[in-house]
Amino acid sequence: MRLTGKLGSGRKSRASFEDKLFKYTTMGVAAFVLALLWGLVVKLLFDAQMSIETFGFEFLTSDIWNPNKDLYTALPFIFGTLMTAAVGIGIGVPISIGIAIYLSELAPAWIREPLSFLIELLAAVPSVIYGLWAIYTLRPILTGTVEPALMDVLGWTPLFEGASFGIDKLAAGIILAVMIIPTVASVSKESMMAVPDSQREAALSLGATKYESTRMAVLSYARSGIFGAAILGLGRAVGETMAVTMTIGNANLISWSLLDPGQTMASVIANNWGEADGLMLSALVEIGVVLFIVALVINVFARLMLGRLMKAVPMTGGGL
Amino acid sequence: MEGKIVTERLNAFFGEVHAVKNVNMAIPANAITAIIGPSGCGKSTLIRCVNRMHEVVRGAKATGKVYLDGEDIYDPETDPVEVRRKVGMVFQKPNPFPTMTIYDNAVAGLRLNGEKDWSKLDGAAEDSLRLAALWDEVKDNLGASGVSISGGQQQRLCIARALAVQPEVLLLDEPCSALDPIATAKIEDLLFDLKDRYTIAIVTHNMQQAARIADFTAFMYLGELIEFGETKRLFENPEEELTEKYITGRFG
Repeated sequence: MRLTGKLGSGRKSRASFEDKLFKYTTMGVAAFVLALLWGLVVKLLFDAQMSIETFGFEFLTSDIWNPNKDLYTALPFIFGTLMTAAVGIGIGVPISIGIAIYLSELAPAWIREPLSFLIELLAAVPSVIYGLWAIYTLRPILTGTVEPALMDVLGWTPLFEGASFGIDKLAAGIILAVMIIPTVASVSKESMMAVPDSQREAALSLGATKYESTRMAVLSYARSGIFGAAILGLGRAVGETMAVTMTIGNANLISWSLLDPGQTMASVIANNWGEADGLMLSALVEIGVVLFIVALVINVFARLMLGRLMKAVPMTGGGL
Repeated sequence: MEGKIVTERLNAFFGEVHAVKNVNMAIPANAITAIIGPSGCGKSTLIRCVNRMHEVVRGAKATGKVYLDGEDIYDPETDPVEVRRKVGMVFQKPNPFPTMTIYDNAVAGLRLNGEKDWSKLDGAAEDSLRLAALWDEVKDNLGASGVSISGGQQQRLCIARALAVQPEVLLLDEPCSALDPIATAKIEDLLFDLKDRYTIAIVTHNMQQAARIADFTAFMYLGELIEFGETKRLFENPEEELTEKYITGRFG
């Protein structure tokens, strides 16, 4: 009590002023994020307004992209985005689950720790590097071996019709698979490691083999986490721009064949905004709005699936 | 030594920690054997060696012999998966599979063995749930999740799940420690009814429980088996001073 003389109270008022300043400054910086998001959405909608008014709902359902007639619609790009993302998920998710099972259930700690670190490191590789790798390493493999083989065996299906260029939806899908593996594998691994050992023991004590107990106790218990990880990967695949733009061939074409080039929502914006103006620029911004909404919905959904597990993972909407 | 299960110079380790020291013990058939002792005395580890569950923990190993009907389950030729099909286990915390229904939990082990015949699965589900004294409480609700029932019911579901594969031995690792007295009494009654058909070994930190239900009791201390004998004799007239100290509560 003796300390609360004049000196004490003086210090107290200075401290409370400092603390207030501290609190409101940080609060202001945090509010800036909200303002930024708000500004972004308003600006996007404002710039897309001309396109929205001109093309209406047909923007999403028609496949015309004709600068000469000033007609722009988005279906080929929505199609390209969905198809490349589907290939990326189809290839990337099973591999990621395999990696996660090995790391969580089978690998000894001295392998698990460094390997997990390396996999997470892959997520930090800039996507332009993946794009270059795709052009100089993946493309010769595709045209030399993989695509001719696919054409021989599955050429009769609409998915593998046509000629092999190595710059096509298959290449973009494969590069997306490579890019989502780090995220999907490490999030799946975390959700498998969160399964209590008592579940594994329950299966083993019934006479399950390691494989059976993984399937019965681990995968089913962790299924919502694994599903959330896959959706998180989907979010990344849908928004990824640079590596896809470098590998997809950039043709405004709706074709089921993975060997044909295509265009995604992200790649059409990256390819055209430089020389676009007027209605075309507005149409590109509207594609951006569609992409933004899709990515947002996917990420929010993934987050709900993952619940508490994944507070630390930033939303990966792709980007350059 | 005679017994359904006989351990011979059994030692168990967690890394450097020597958890079970040179235990020679015979667990008689068709009786309840309780293993008591203070926390950390190795009693859980001991029974986990009997179905080779000890070794699934990272860094754990066991040496010595454990005979089941005269066959050494630690023989390199023996498949631990086969051992565990004969020796069922119930754990400290109820651990039904949360993504499975009550029915699917009960027949999970049979499905593992490849049983697909619905009429056989239905029969086994009812039989095992009746054996576990749970049937009347869940028969109208078999499609509900295995974790939608109370803790005591979940533990009886785990007993049913273990019994459905028709093991010869049932090991229970402090099965009532998470349960209230009423649920505990139900499980004790149930074990009493089961002992004619199974060899039962139960680890418990509750001496009254051992005195109530066990035909034989083993007392362990610091990883060693101190004394083993008929429950009545061990509690009324212990041969070892340590046993007497423990059961009279004069223990550090």
